[in-house]
Amino acid sequence: MAKAALSDLPSDRIAVAANDLSQTSVYAPFVSSDAAGIQTLVLAVEGVHCPACIQKIESSLAGLDGMKQARLNYSTKRLTLAWAGTAARADELIARVTSLGYRAQPFEPERAERSDSEHARFLRMCLGVAGFASGNIMLLSFALWLTDAHQMGLVTREFFHLISALIAVPTVAYSGRPFFRSAFAVLSQGRTNMDVPISLGVLLATGMSLFEMFHGAEHVFFDSAVMLLFFLLIGRYLDFMALSNARRAAGDLLSMMAGTATVLDGTQTRTILIRDLREGMVALVGTGERIPADATVLEGVSDIDTSPVTGESLPQSVKSGDSLYSGTINIAAPLKIRIARAAEDSLLADVIRMMEKAEQGQARYVRIADRAAKMYTPVVHILAAATLIGWLGFSDVPWQQALMTAVTVLIITCPCALGLAVPVVQVLGVGRLMRRGVLIKSGDALERLAAVDTVILDKTGTLTLGRPALTNGADITAADLRLAASLAAHSKHPLSVAIAHAYEGPLYDLSIEEVPGCGLAATFEGTDVKLGSRAWCGPKNATETDSALEIWLARAGTAPVRFLFDDPLRTDAGETVRAFERMGLAVILASGDRESAVSKTAESLGIPEWHAHMKPADKFALLERLKAGGHKVMMVGDGLNDAPVLTGADVSASPATGLDIARNAADLVYTGDKFAPVARTLAAARFSQHLVIENFLLAIAYNVLAVPLAMAGYVTPLVAAIAMSSSSLIVIANAFRLRSRT
Amino acid sequence: MSILLYLIPIALFLGLCWLGVFVWSLRTGQYDDLEGAANRILFDDEMPPQA
Repeated sequence: MAKAALSDLPSDRIAVAANDLSQTSVYAPFVSSDAAGIQTLVLAVEGVHCPACIQKIESSLAGLDGMKQARLNYSTKRLTLAWAGTAARADELIARVTSLGYRAQPFEPERAERSDSEHARFLRMCLGVAGFASGNIMLLSFALWLTDAHQMGLVTREFFHLISALIAVPTVAYSGRPFFRSAFAVLSQGRTNMDVPISLGVLLATGMSLFEMFHGAEHVFFDSAVMLLFFLLIGRYLDFMALSNARRAAGDLLSMMAGTATVLDGTQTRTILIRDLREGMVALVGTGERIPADATVLEGVSDIDTSPVTGESLPQSVKSGDSLYSGTINIAAPLKIRIARAAEDSLLADVIRMMEKAEQGQARYVRIADRAAKMYTPVVHILAAATLIGWLGFSDVPWQQALMTAVTVLIITCPCALGLAVPVVQVLGVGRLMRRGVLIKSGDALERLAAVDTVILDKTGTLTLGRPALTNGADITAADLRLAASLAAHSKHPLSVAIAHAYEGPLYDLSIEEVPGCGLAATFEGTDVKLGSRAWCGPKNATETDSALEIWLARAGTAPVRFLFDDPLRTDAGETVRAFERMGLAVILASGDRESAVSKTAESLGIPEWHAHMKPADKFALLERLKAGGHKVMMVGDGLNDAPVLTGADVSASPATGLDIARNAADLVYTGDKFAPVARTLAAARFSQHLVIENFLLAIAYNVLAVPLAMAGYVTPLVAAIAMSSSSLIVIANAFRLRSRT
Repeated sequence: MSILLYLIPIALFLGLCWLGVFVWSLRTGQYDDLEGAANRILFDDEMPPQA
């Protein structure tokens, strides 16, 4: 059969590339080698969904000759390979991963991404040092706060102070750098942010403690300074991790373009990188392969799964002359295609550009903590300055005491509670939701979620399960079902998969012929059997008005049997849509699917506004229109066609079954076959935002009480320290109320 | 109180040990993949022969 010869091409052609030394290796340019001759290659692996994949991939590679390292990073889905030998071996290794059923593409780490991991390492070091220091200083402070000079003796106290200083001063210098750098950067631009009072507070608390220590005073505040750094670094680190997750999404998309295509040069085939494809080239696409660039079909008849790009649930039949979009998948039979546009100009590249544009729009979001800092910092600085001037000008106390009072004001307003108000709630909220199967990729996603007033839903794979299921199984006899399943077992067509799924039991051993664009044929007990489209084997007299998903089973001599399918809704879809409406959200359904399918779904769920036939650009235009109208939009989707909107929306969600790109672009990913987690997360987000605002109010109330006392000079440094820690504790305790509600 | 002369250095030493272990774990890339390690422990050392 011609089909077998062509569809086996991917592995053949790579074997040829690896054995034929005269032919240069396709993937060699992606390999980096070190002085010892060790070759290293990083691959982005698509299709890794469960931990068992780690073992499957690693063990199949690790046993190879000269293999030094084969390690899959499960968090980032990147596979690092290191081997001794030539760079050309890369092709063989990639073929091996591909033969296991994964798509592997060489991954060129963007410079931005590499510096991301360096910065993560820097923050972790700062955090580790601050953690060490705060633990040890607390050990000493515990003794200092619980006793007095009579009990422990003056010498012991000064000894404790000295040790605290020896730990704290290097720690502040080392772990404070993320804040000092940021504060310095904004100050040199004549602006201010939250890091300015943090830096000032930490430095002043340390400086004043040193001053006090040398004067043999009773109290020092090294512990406050170091603990403050430690807590704030935790928040900073979590924030940062969320951010670099988001940045990875674009990188993964780009690596999709780093794959290869088989082009036909006269009579010879040649493997080239997708990015080298030019208009007019002729390429071969095997079964199960992605269409490398926008193209038209030259030869062959097949079915194309367009769901990654358009969201259309039913595969599209194509024949000679039809046009194809890049990124769609050829599922039935091999095709010969003519490239219509170079890969950089094709649809996938458009989607990437849209995502980049959308990402820039997102950067304009100002987090509530930063907004608070903007109002808070000038007030604190003015109050401290006013205190200093007031005491210098209108009293006869020595300047040291005036300065000390001003510093007390700064310390007592030190944004400990304010700095904790947001991160504590977000970290708790994110952690609890994660245990319930909702993964939130950034802390401020909760904040953005709480502000949402409109939600755009994708249909296929989001509201529905994204895979057709047999709906009229009860009308079909067991014998027919068994026969149909035996035929269907040989095809990757989604409807065949659905039949195979609906049937349990032994199958007939049949020799199947796949007729591209029509269906499957076989000989069973001496008669011809066909399973396929209505036009091919359905009743000839029936009218073609019915747009339902169907295939027909025809046996010579008997009436054809109809198999009806539907993409079933997630069981709690209706309930969740009503929950959205109860929360006062406008719900919009935007799908790339056929109008009849979309309207039926919208009607059964009671969604008033729906749009069908939406291309990625249409969905993005809808989003822009809503945003221009002042709406805060949440997008829930799972496909490539949703990716730009997922990135551009104020906040976005994707089911764990969605494409890698969609899951990477989304702010939250939920697992399981249910849709309700989205609504539950929204409710949790609103409650946590409520807690954040409460926390701010608590911090402000504390300041309103404490600052006038401090300005008047009534607050001793001990009282300031106690007040400071208790305000932080109150804020943390308030955040824990989240546990009762999520 | 002279006991403090021993105890405080011991406490600091233990703390430094912890910091050393942390720095080591950081340098060896143990924070690069937080999800994979939790699952790797469940794997057998050798793959059973394929059926």
